[in-house]
Amino acid sequence: MAAKRLNLREKYQKFTRDLAWEPTYQKKSDIFPQTEFEGIHIHDWDKWEDPFRLTVDAYWKYQAEKERKLYSIIDAFSQNNGQLNVTDARYVNALKLFLTGISPLEYAAHRGFAMAGRQFGGVGPQVACQMQSIDELRHCQTQIHTISQYNKYFNGFHDWNHMHQRVWYLSVPKSFFDDAMSAGPFEFVTAISFSFEYVLTNLLFMPFMSGAAYNGDMATVTFGFSAQSDESRHMTLGLEVIKFMLEQDERNVPIVQKWIDKWFWRGYRLLSLVSMMMDYMLPKRVMSWKEAWEMYFEENGGALFEDLSRYGIRMPKYWEVSVKEKEHLSHQLWATFHNFGHAAAFHTWIPEESEMQWLSEKYPDTFDKYYRPRFEFWRQHTKEKGRWYNPTLPMLCQTCQVPMLFTEPDDPTQICYRSSQYNGEQYHFCSDGCKDIFDDEPEKYVQAWLPVHQIYQGNCGGASIPEVLEYYHLVDGQDNKEYLESNDRANWLRWKGMADTEADREVQAVVNE
Amino acid sequence: MAIEIKTASIEPIRHTFSNVARRQGADKPASRYLEAMYDLQPTVNFHYRPLWDPDHELYDTGRTAIDMADWYAFRDPRQFYYGTWTITRSKQQDVAERNYAFVDKRNLLDLVGAGTRERAEAVFVPLRHAEYAANLNNMYICAYGYGTAITQAASFNAVDRLGIAQYLSRIGLMLDGNTCESLDRGKQAWLEAETWQPLRRLTEDLMVTRDWFELFVAQNFALDGLSFPLVYERIDGELQKDAGSTISMLNEFMNEWYGETSRWVDSVLKTAAAESDANKAQIEQWARHWCDRAGEALQPVATEVFGERADEVMAGLREELATRAKKKAGLDIE
Repeated sequence: MAAKRLNLREKYQKFTRDLAWEPTYQKKSDIFPQTEFEGIHIHDWDKWEDPFRLTVDAYWKYQAEKERKLYSIIDAFSQNNGQLNVTDARYVNALKLFLTGISPLEYAAHRGFAMAGRQFGGVGPQVACQMQSIDELRHCQTQIHTISQYNKYFNGFHDWNHMHQRVWYLSVPKSFFDDAMSAGPFEFVTAISFSFEYVLTNLLFMPFMSGAAYNGDMATVTFGFSAQSDESRHMTLGLEVIKFMLEQDERNVPIVQKWIDKWFWRGYRLLSLVSMMMDYMLPKRVMSWKEAWEMYFEENGGALFEDLSRYGIRMPKYWEVSVKEKEHLSHQLWATFHNFGHAAAFHTWIPEESEMQWLSEKYPDTFDKYYRPRFEFWRQHTKEKGRWYNPTLPMLCQTCQVPMLFTEPDDPTQICYRSSQYNGEQYHFCSDGCKDIFDDEPEKYVQAWLPVHQIYQGNCGGASIPEVLEYYHLVDGQDNKEYLESNDRANWLRWKGMADTEADREVQAVVNE
Repeated sequence: MAIEIKTASIEPIRHTFSNVARRQGADKPASRYLEAMYDLQPTVNFHYRPLWDPDHELYDTGRTAIDMADWYAFRDPRQFYYGTWTITRSKQQDVAERNYAFVDKRNLLDLVGAGTRERAEAVFVPLRHAEYAANLNNMYICAYGYGTAITQAASFNAVDRLGIAQYLSRIGLMLDGNTCESLDRGKQAWLEAETWQPLRRLTEDLMVTRDWFELFVAQNFALDGLSFPLVYERIDGELQKDAGSTISMLNEFMNEWYGETSRWVDSVLKTAAAESDANKAQIEQWARHWCDRAGEALQPVATEVFGERADEVMAGLREELATRAKKKAGLDIE
């Protein structure tokens, strides 16, 4: 009997969508109770175009192959003490930010996509979300396994998830994902699959993975290469999600636009942490934050939104503000972390002269004028009076939870303050973008677990810095403070057989030509 | 003669992450399973109540009646994390692929009598829909369960079930020569044939069960615990009388998978029941209830193959399951 061959599309249809049926013993709305409350109208789940047609057996085969390769490289890395081959021990601080700030988000994505993969009313999006759910678990776990070796030789990594749930600046990434997961399934995928994965992922993934490649971190860059094909699947899903909602019903358009506005701004504020990583934390820099924002958001993002304009979708609100801020963002962030470095789970330092030169070249209109003098002042101050840390606590934005450090879009000498009244209380914001988000759902954002408020309310171990650090599991004198005075640096010099002879203890710069 | 390679040796400053060290009681090297499983899920300081469940936190122990002092007691005896899980499955997938190719190349299904082929189609193909329900149910456990130890294993189980649904679909396509007729007939039967209605009703009821641990007991212990032995042992054995090992070769994945997965299911139940009398009583009550439901739902399927002997077959399976529960998990579900 000569069997006919099914084409891939037919086969995939039978292997996924055809598995579902119209229930008769239970109501469909009881089986999928979350598909309507957000106001999104779906008429025909079958109109979902599968962005990739991967059957489970093929998934196992490809993914196992990637895992085998990745783990053999991680093994080789550990066996050969690959951590000693990075450009400079300062680089490792970028990884600390990654493990405490980003890896927990991979886990959150795992659970969030499991929720969406259970809640969507059509098999197409269910399967796509489920695959992404386990991919995200993969990313979280392979990151832990990659960075495990660093944890054995450097401080700051050791209690990454405990810190993620408590440390002040880590509430920025945590609240971002809590926000998405506590919304409904459609807003979740708009937030994560589209706004984050599709529009902004190049600004998160690229800097860390390219940073690893530029700085000799073979383990992390291998993880990056290994995750790349997963990421492209996730990005494709992000675009499909948006198109599907927009094509199903025109009443969806304003809702989706509102979510795009919100999640662009939420994501952009989260990325401000990445901006300082790119410009200040990588000993060997890949490109400046400003260049990255121009390439990945202004050019690529611009083209994307032009393409979406046929659905009635425009550029996210306040994108112009992000363009104005690109000249300032990383400097303002690093200055703040430098001042609060005693309460951070990574080391901070003043850029060395050749690094300042690089910043001057990359930011000719702003660095020398506004920021170099501050860093030079602090360097001088450290030489004369010792390293200074800010003993107070910063006010945080009620929405993004970044300290109120951003300046007015048109005046870099004036901190930007916005506020709203709700139920007789006043709430503070860093920007119009964050204020708008609050004003649209105040009952949600008043719930925010703001680390500084929590400290003052006595919920973080006590009112003194040592008590709070203990609550964070942040070991004073090991995990925090100045790089030049750190155990990390002392160990590094010892392992590398380098003498600590430089009288002024400058940081070691590895600046691109 | 031993050859020694000289390497620069440097002493680590710690051997594992602090949370793992606390759980191990010492800072000593930990397995990859433990480092990438313990404490992954946030437990405190949630920012916003979910719009879809304002009575609970994002992750909340209150979504089940089961209570545990430590939710990371549910360690997986298979020690599956993503890497070990995919690599294990890809090996099994290789074997399955070879089996399918072998049956295909030698046209072995042509040697099986028409009656046996029809019977195989009638039993196996509609089950792909039940596997789809099992997929959603385990995704539910992953989504709303508590603690990575059990939720990650549930997510692997969910994807496994989609894989099984796809293997069952392939069996249908092999039986019908890629015309999809068997799949269409199977779906028709699932939707309308009397044989399948009790089971379809049960799967729909499970898809609205809100307590995730109850769902675990109902799907992964009760329904799977009766349906896998019924289908892949008893019915498969019956078909072997005519089909030899041809059909068993196509089912090998499911058979092996069930054996492996039962170890995980049993250890979860044992751990939860050993925690407290209240847990034990609750699980026993759920297990009895859902075993009754599953037994009734599978009875007509057994009757299709065993006719009057179906009662005896089902009673035997129920007894075996009760023995398994007693021996492996310390549960009394007679």
